[in-house]
Amino acid sequence: MTENLFYFLASLTLLCALMVVISKNPVHSVLFLIITFFTISGHYILLNAQFLAAVNIIVYAGAIMVLFLFVIMFLNMNKKSENLVKTSTLTKVAGTIAGGLLFVVMIAALKDVEVAGYNAETYNSQIGMVENLGAVLFTQYLLPFELASILFLVAMVGAVMLGKKEVGEQHF
Amino acid sequence: MESIDLLYKAIYILVIFGITLLIATYSTYFERKIAAFIQDRVGPNRAGPAGLLQPLADAGKLFFKEDFIPARASKALFIIGPGIAMLVATMSSAVIPFGDNLIIDGHQIWLQAIEVNIGVLYVFGVVSLGVYGLMIGGWASNNKFSLLGAIRAASQNISYELAMGLSLIAVLMMTGSLSLREIAEQQAGFNWNIWYQPLGFIIFLVCAFAETNRTPFDLPESEAELIGGYHTEYGSMKLGMYLFAEYINIFVASAVMATLYFGAYNFPFMFELEAWLVGVTESAVTANNIVTLVGVAAMFAKIFLFIFFFMWVRWTLPRFRYDQLMKLGWQILIPLAILNIILTGGGILLKDYLF
Repeated sequence: MTENLFYFLASLTLLCALMVVISKNPVHSVLFLIITFFTISGHYILLNAQFLAAVNIIVYAGAIMVLFLFVIMFLNMNKKSENLVKTSTLTKVAGTIAGGLLFVVMIAALKDVEVAGYNAETYNSQIGMVENLGAVLFTQYLLPFELASILFLVAMVGAVMLGKKEVGEQHF
Repeated sequence: MESIDLLYKAIYILVIFGITLLIATYSTYFERKIAAFIQDRVGPNRAGPAGLLQPLADAGKLFFKEDFIPARASKALFIIGPGIAMLVATMSSAVIPFGDNLIIDGHQIWLQAIEVNIGVLYVFGVVSLGVYGLMIGGWASNNKFSLLGAIRAASQNISYELAMGLSLIAVLMMTGSLSLREIAEQQAGFNWNIWYQPLGFIIFLVCAFAETNRTPFDLPESEAELIGGYHTEYGSMKLGMYLFAEYINIFVASAVMATLYFGAYNFPFMFELEAWLVGVTESAVTANNIVTLVGVAAMFAKIFLFIFFFMWVRWTLPRFRYDQLMKLGWQILIPLAILNIILTGGGILLKDYLF
């Protein structure tokens, strides 16, 4: 049952991720990306990490992708502007080479990797629960956690600075 | 899980789904009746006794109208939009504990569809997805006014989600749990969270109004001064779905507020009542079941009170201007919510220090 669910979710994830790239319409791309986030949350639930699944939905699908959709809806990409931006042959060749190189590097890196298994007897199935995750975050990984929050603070201050009205500037 | 438990769950989920839709249907009726009462009118009184069949007549009208799709609209997304709005609205009632446990034939049956240890986050996640129904519908209409309406609605929802989440954190700090059932259990008797979190509750209430697009925050559909928002191009039952989803959201928001702040299914003197019932019926099981049923009645009474409050406010207050709305969300509610978190943290530490 779980295995079948995994294969179903995995194929759905790959399909939607491909559709993000293939879709002609950028809004459709964003919508497929949202479905991809949902399927990834499904994987988290299969791993019994419900907290991560919920936070993934709230942060990525619920907040960040809404802002993506915002911007892309305002860009108003219709047929006309699509024809204006032509990809030249040189760009296509360069893209193919770069993508192929990345693929080679990935294969070289992953070829000899040994998948770390788990011991079924000592494995703690509750490791993904909120309480355990919180305990680990606030003891073992306290410094990276706090540094990440400082990073967010800096980003927030930067965004406020960029969005601030300059002296003498008037919008309406 | 045994098959009988699965069967019970399936029945319970269907019942909750049905009750959600029924309450949303009759909310439309009571909204008009209450509006009529406040404005000294009669309200709907033609269809059935006292106009009770009015929601059916409305639904029939909406179904038989022409199902119009604008020529240059994105057809698939135009249809999916209201679908998402309905789907998301009906999803969130799954984790709400409508009652304590019933004991039937030795089976302990919890009156909650799914118990997850992240219940609050589930509700929050589902609420944050509600924006997509509006945004997709507004964009797919291929109309500038619809798009602007959708953007207006989405930015309002995102802004108030922040303050809502921050006001929730204070409750979670007190209860130390994300499970809605545990939060409900901790408020046994008259020990409700509202006594400890009055400020948090007011912030949450204001945000709930904004999230459900109700007056005084109903800018997404202010057809008088701006063009009717994201559903300008919608008609027939697709428009009906959007409006219906709003009423379901009101029901869910009321249920969440009742659970988080007003003690869910708990009511004053519930333990005294149970002890008295044990004495009268001489059976702990019967006493437990009766108290649970009274608790369910208490829960729905609280929900109906909140729904009434939503309607009362709609016919009392005028609408905000858009800059006032943004100012209230970002410059007043969020700092207040952060202050509330600090106060709650201080209170918890002080309690540990003193006792």
